[in-house]
Amino acid sequence: MKILVPVKRVVDYNVKIRAKSDESGPDLSNAKMAINPFCEIAMEEAVRLKEAGKAEEVVAVSVGDSASQEQLRTCLALGADRAILVETDQSVEPLGVAKALKEVFSKENPDLIILGKQAIDGDSNQTGQMLAAMLDLAQGTFASEVNVQDGKVEVTREVDGGLQTVSLNLPAIITTDLRLNEPRYASLPNIMKAKKKPLETLQATELGLDLAPRQNTIKVSPPPERAAGIMVESIDQLVDKLKNEAKVIT
Amino acid sequence: MSILVISEHDNNELKGATLNTVAAATAIGGEIDILVAGSDCGNVAEAASQIPGINSVLVADKEAYKNCLAENIGNLVTELADNYTHILAAATTNGKNFMPRIAAKLDVSQISDISAVISEDTFERPIYAGNCIATVQSTDSKKVITVRTTGFDACESSGGSASINSVDNDNDAGISSFIKEEIAESDRPELTAADVVISGGRGMQNGDNFSLLNGIADKLGAAIGASRAAVDSGFVPNDMQVGQTGKIVAPDLYIAVGISGAIQHLAGMKDSKVIVAINKDEEAPIFQVADYGLAADLFDALPELEAKL
Repeated sequence: MKILVPVKRVVDYNVKIRAKSDESGPDLSNAKMAINPFCEIAMEEAVRLKEAGKAEEVVAVSVGDSASQEQLRTCLALGADRAILVETDQSVEPLGVAKALKEVFSKENPDLIILGKQAIDGDSNQTGQMLAAMLDLAQGTFASEVNVQDGKVEVTREVDGGLQTVSLNLPAIITTDLRLNEPRYASLPNIMKAKKKPLETLQATELGLDLAPRQNTIKVSPPPERAAGIMVESIDQLVDKLKNEAKVIT
Repeated sequence: MSILVISEHDNNELKGATLNTVAAATAIGGEIDILVAGSDCGNVAEAASQIPGINSVLVADKEAYKNCLAENIGNLVTELADNYTHILAAATTNGKNFMPRIAAKLDVSQISDISAVISEDTFERPIYAGNCIATVQSTDSKKVITVRTTGFDACESSGGSASINSVDNDNDAGISSFIKEEIAESDRPELTAADVVISGGRGMQNGDNFSLLNGIADKLGAAIGASRAAVDSGFVPNDMQVGQTGKIVAPDLYIAVGISGAIQHLAGMKDSKVIVAINKDEEAPIFQVADYGLAADLFDALPELEAKL
């Protein structure tokens, strides 16, 4: 079995992003970049399937500018066998990313594609589902457990009220939720080895893809500020404030 | 304009998230149809027809739609899409699951999680865990939109009498099947619909200590939530998680107990009307968004709060 793991380069999850003062976009100057946390969980799951003897090859892929090579190298250090960058300097919406991944799918013919459920920059939560629809494949989104067996994969999904389990024909698309696994750290020897693993670059323009954005960002503004609150000294004072000032309890 | 709202339901009951989604559709303006796709879902269609201002309720009552499998619902809605300029669903785990499939089939760039409607093609949506609000204009001829329910006050649920029309499209893609569901049974209100929410974080120390929240939740009619740290530590299940990647809540009163206030948690609750924080660390960032902060040991504060409510 071959597994494809698409990953995204995003601002590190610890960085608090603010809107630029002219509201032209988020202020990303000098922000630390990292692999999207949900993509890291996807990579870990693929590597575990390989370690369990259920997969032979894990291929990491990213759609973005040349800097995304850094995140692909991280994937190689975490256990991917090789990596593919679909290079573009455009900012690509999930629809465009899914179109690029569809091209990679047709070249690679993987049995399973594991992606993060959402990227923590745009918070769109679309790419996996869109790719599944374009390929007419089954999808198991928000996965907390994955079991591959006899040409099918059983996925337990985190849904609003609890858990749902579905069975999907392969090839299938899985998007990861938080509790699927705890990603490992790359060891120093593996980081060194990753430098020698193959990383192929495809130019988005040469693939003949229409990646033009369909949405214009008119402005990016800060969220409404909350008025400063107060510290209370005791439970008595808290209950009094909630009853008589905020009037939210009776 | 003509808008299709895909309803949220469990084949028996129309869920409140549908009312928030209809409110967003009303803000866009135009004729609104509601789709009820399910199996044995006549009660839901009946309830949907009572919503005032609805043109028509479409019912696709087939075994293939029973469990809301994205492959089947996606194909159904794609077939119905010709008649509509806008297709809306709540940004619940169902809506998030099937809507991008519809968008991709229609070659449309989906607008996820809108929190406000500016015009028929322009919307606000939070990005970067809600630290920025983007105003985006869609250039697609059709708009595929998921709605952040906390951004729109629910519309009325009775007084209307829309016609109910059945839709015959039967789409079993045959590539996925439902196996089972484990839905937590609770007498408490749903987290995303509750007027009061009390949430615990890493400071609760273990899952057993979450029982300290029960008595207070009982007295306030509150739902119980948790931070990602509490979920990651295995104290409570993930369906209790409030935050960027969990549930988004905006109750009248939100009580955060033993929660430090990571940006990912704040993203899920900072639109609450009144926020109370109880934390023994006076420097905890949660106090910066709290209307009322109490620096105290939660193991002393919770029993006292329960007694005094």
